[in-house]
Amino acid sequence: MTLSSKIAAVILVLILAGSITAGFFPAMSYARQHREATGAPASLRFPLGTDDLGRDRFARLLSATRFSLLLAAAASAGALVLAFFLGGAAGYYGGWCDRCIVRAIDLMLSVPWLLLLLAARALLPLNTPPALTLAVTYALLAALGWASPARVIRAGVQHLRSAEFILRARAEGCGEARVLLRHVLPNLKPVLTAQFWTAVPVFILSEANLGFLGLSAGEPFPTWGSLLRELQNPLLLRPEAFAPAAAIAITLLCFRMVTPWGGSQV
Amino acid sequence: MNFARHLAGLLLTALLGAILALLLAWYSPGFDSDERLLDARLDDASRAAIQAEHAANHDLRRILSRGFWMSPSLHRPVQELIAERAPVTLRLIGTGTAAAWVAALAMAIAVAPRRKKSLAHFAKAAGTCFLCLPSAVLAILVFSMGGPVALVIPLVLFPRLFETVCNLLEAAYDRPHILAARAKGVTPAGILLRHALPVCAPELLSLAGVSLIMAFGAAIPVETMCDVPGLGQLAWKAATARDLPLLLALTLMIALAAQLVNAISTFQAPRILVGQASSLPAGFPPASPFAERPA
Repeated sequence: MTLSSKIAAVILVLILAGSITAGFFPAMSYARQHREATGAPASLRFPLGTDDLGRDRFARLLSATRFSLLLAAAASAGALVLAFFLGGAAGYYGGWCDRCIVRAIDLMLSVPWLLLLLAARALLPLNTPPALTLAVTYALLAALGWASPARVIRAGVQHLRSAEFILRARAEGCGEARVLLRHVLPNLKPVLTAQFWTAVPVFILSEANLGFLGLSAGEPFPTWGSLLRELQNPLLLRPEAFAPAAAIAITLLCFRMVTPWGGSQV
Repeated sequence: MNFARHLAGLLLTALLGAILALLLAWYSPGFDSDERLLDARLDDASRAAIQAEHAANHDLRRILSRGFWMSPSLHRPVQELIAERAPVTLRLIGTGTAAAWVAALAMAIAVAPRRKKSLAHFAKAAGTCFLCLPSAVLAILVFSMGGPVALVIPLVLFPRLFETVCNLLEAAYDRPHILAARAKGVTPAGILLRHALPVCAPELLSLAGVSLIMAFGAAIPVETMCDVPGLGQLAWKAATARDLPLLLALTLMIALAAQLVNAISTFQAPRILVGQASSLPAGFPPASPFAERPA
């Protein structure tokens, strides 16, 4: 690990720890409205000012960091579970199963990611509770983001299928599920780790674009994407409004420095 | 014959995808959503009328008589809306993708043969900055600085293209036949055009197809933010208005177009490989870039 990677890792840990600890302080509530200070500029009390409803922008940014990072990681893990089962089945069983799954992967990868998310998000009713929209947004990311890692996992499983230790396990009477979970899965750990770290920045950026278009988490939940919506009116722009964009850029830069492949597939 | 089989498979997949998407949309909880129902000013009779209107949406016979491909939110046929807006998006994507390719190829050609580390680091650093920002934010930055909207697509695509093109060219320049060509005194331009680029051509062609899909993904927030009346803005309007027929038509059309582009690039690749065999120096077998591809 180079020095720059170590610095990036420390910054990432600090960002995550800061955002998590902020959640324990009632004063840093993302929903609390300071009616006496609506639209206040940056000050000691409000380092990034307040929005039109008097909510502390800094507190909202910290909460958004917490939600976005943790949920992107959870979505990435969910997508990997799906990718492992589908890509693993395609690579392990081959034949028509492989052909069907590969066709599905090709179809998923041929449609722009954002368009798929827009279409899937539009299938939800209008009166969905805000907490559910937050969960659904990331669940959609996980449900639609399996295709790219599944292709890599399929290749890995295809390579492992004919390995001697797998043949021996099968010869000794191991069931298919046991072979996949006890013998193939541990050997795919480097691939899965790489795919996990690649998917997190992709999901963060996708949520940011989706939130910017007003189709991410509902109010009052802050995510990086929903905070970016303030940028939609360029005439009323203030420098503080760019803070979420800066947070996204710094975090993704750190991801890219910690994992050289991170973000290259964004 | 092979191409026809591939095309038939593609159409079958698209048809199955369309049926699945329609079923999903039909039974989705948002199918009957209407913003008007959230309006507190409406009385019970008005609400009942809107709900009756939605009940009709589930009547297949009425839908078929009216035409499913009629946008409920814009009250116009979907094909008319797409035909009106497609040229705008095609122009935006076309110019943006072409500019990104020119920049990425020029930079990669400058970097790869001589291994110019400083230039490569500069290009990668600039590219990383663009990679770490959502395309919507890039659009805002370009828009607020008074720059042309079309500049956003190249900014989004350049880092992704440059990295891949540079890696491909570097791998091509490491091949023994390039070394032989250099030893025989072939000019750098000759090496690039006759020996390096043909080796990478299949991958570059595949990347060209992928870059068009990526460009469309980037065009959605760009068109929405900068009020460009293209397909991206139409998709966003359809999503916010829960206009499922329009959204489905757009998704299917783009999926089909992307599959077609991918199919064309896949079928062009072997032809290029056959053509490049004649360009190799005597004594070297034709390079097979497919051998290096992941499965």
